[in-house]
Amino acid sequence: MLSAIDKRLLEEVADLHEIPHGAFNIRKNGQGVSRNTTANIDIVTKKDKPGIDIIVKPGTKGESVHIPVILSEGLEDMVYNTFEIGAGADVFIVAGCGIHNPSGEKAQHDGIHEFFVRKDARMKYVEKHYGEGDGSGERVLNPKTIIEVEAGGVAELEMIQIKGVDRTKRDTEVRLHKNARLIVTERLLTYLDQTAESNITVEMVGEDSTAQVISRSVAQNDSQQLFHLNMRGYAKCRGHIQCDSIIMHQAQVSSIPEITAYHADAELIHEAAIGRIASEQLIKLMSLGLTEQEAEDTILQGFLK
Amino acid sequence: MLNMINVDVTLEGDEGQVEVLKEINLTLEEKKIYVMTGPNGGGKSSIAKTIMGIYQPSGGQILLDGMDITNKGITERARLGIGYAFQMPPRFKGMKVRDMLTLASGSANLANQCDLLYDVGLCSQDYLDREINASFSGGELKRIEIASILARNLKVAVFDEPEAGIDLWSFQKLTETFENLNAKHNTTIVIISHQERILRLADQVIVVANGMIDEITGKEEILSEIERLDSECRCRQDCIKGGPENAECN
Repeated sequence: MLSAIDKRLLEEVADLHEIPHGAFNIRKNGQGVSRNTTANIDIVTKKDKPGIDIIVKPGTKGESVHIPVILSEGLEDMVYNTFEIGAGADVFIVAGCGIHNPSGEKAQHDGIHEFFVRKDARMKYVEKHYGEGDGSGERVLNPKTIIEVEAGGVAELEMIQIKGVDRTKRDTEVRLHKNARLIVTERLLTYLDQTAESNITVEMVGEDSTAQVISRSVAQNDSQQLFHLNMRGYAKCRGHIQCDSIIMHQAQVSSIPEITAYHADAELIHEAAIGRIASEQLIKLMSLGLTEQEAEDTILQGFLK
Repeated sequence: MLNMINVDVTLEGDEGQVEVLKEINLTLEEKKIYVMTGPNGGGKSSIAKTIMGIYQPSGGQILLDGMDITNKGITERARLGIGYAFQMPPRFKGMKVRDMLTLASGSANLANQCDLLYDVGLCSQDYLDREINASFSGGELKRIEIASILARNLKVAVFDEPEAGIDLWSFQKLTETFENLNAKHNTTIVIISHQERILRLADQVIVVANGMIDEITGKEEILSEIERLDSECRCRQDCIKGGPENAECN
């Protein structure tokens, strides 16, 4: 049922070599192809629109959910997924989309993911995007992620796009309640004439909520990147945005910070930097015997790790 | 071993060309320890960078075991067995100490990496998985830098002010480490330093000033000169022992 190409895509986006353990749902070319549920995690197809509901029972510990999406032809796919992470649960969710587009048609996957992380629950969510294929058709991914973290909950997000996606616009909106915590790690590499836009808005509405957003990107060739990282503090809270980009060749990077405090005890920090690879770093690695190209690759690999 | 013959180095500065090194003639012999000292801005680091290939000579010749390496780049010289510990090592976001030592030694051997960190006075448990980023203090960074040179099997190792930022307790350890490196790998060591305790390690002391080699002498001569200066100037007794002459008193 899964071809060699499908398997490679799954490996790229979900580190899956075979059918995963635990709960999973694999979607291929707009259709669900394989699914497994467990005693604690249910996956239900939505009735009113394409997509699924993933329901994690309260108190579920140490389980994982894989929901990769693969496209292997020119196709426009749109899904709505809803995640309900029950109170006190601790789960690991791996999403991600791999596109193999051999056609001249556009292959596009737009997803709206909505998460409810209930009281004292923990969720780690990893989303990898990957594209390949020799066709002239564009590979486009536009994810929208909406997360509500209830009191004492923790949401950890890793959003990674390293290869082969021509256009992406990702919108991420998070609301944090009392004592809730958010950790976002974003890694992005663009090359050729790719464009990427990332908008992240974090609203800290609850007392003692904390948020950390670390975005690192590399822009090569003629690619363009736009970051709009926005944090709003409505209560006593702490937020930190770190946005770091390495620029190369004729690329363009724009980083637009926005922090707004609506409360005197909100502490918000935004750091943004764009620059070349430091020549000292290259020289150091070359003096260990690496060529200039190897040194550059090593530095970029570390930076995007 | 390594010969610099009439080496000139001219660099492009903000205000045109600057001649940083003039007619440097230097012979470094196998297994010996050299300490390079002299006033700030005198050209010590420039000599080190020229040996590593970071600065290209505008004149003269550099030989390694008789082979002309004048026009070889940094990578090639590194592969021929030359190493340089930076005075101000760069930080690397995302690169762990473990990764750096693996790159330097060419192997991910854990026992070896623990030994290397022990030699520079760091606990491997605390450090191997730490990223070499802004969380590192200047002293920690220097120690990792030294470890990255110790990791390699080198013919010539140049250390640029290795003691800067290193506390007194570790200082003793550091001098032992240099002696061991010298004995174990037959490495020729060049240390840029002003410290008396480092000077005591030297087989020969190279004094560099105004972009030239002022003199090459034994450590006894230099140490007795320091002794003389320290006893003659009452003021200097309050200063750092062996510190620069004509330093302003507080």
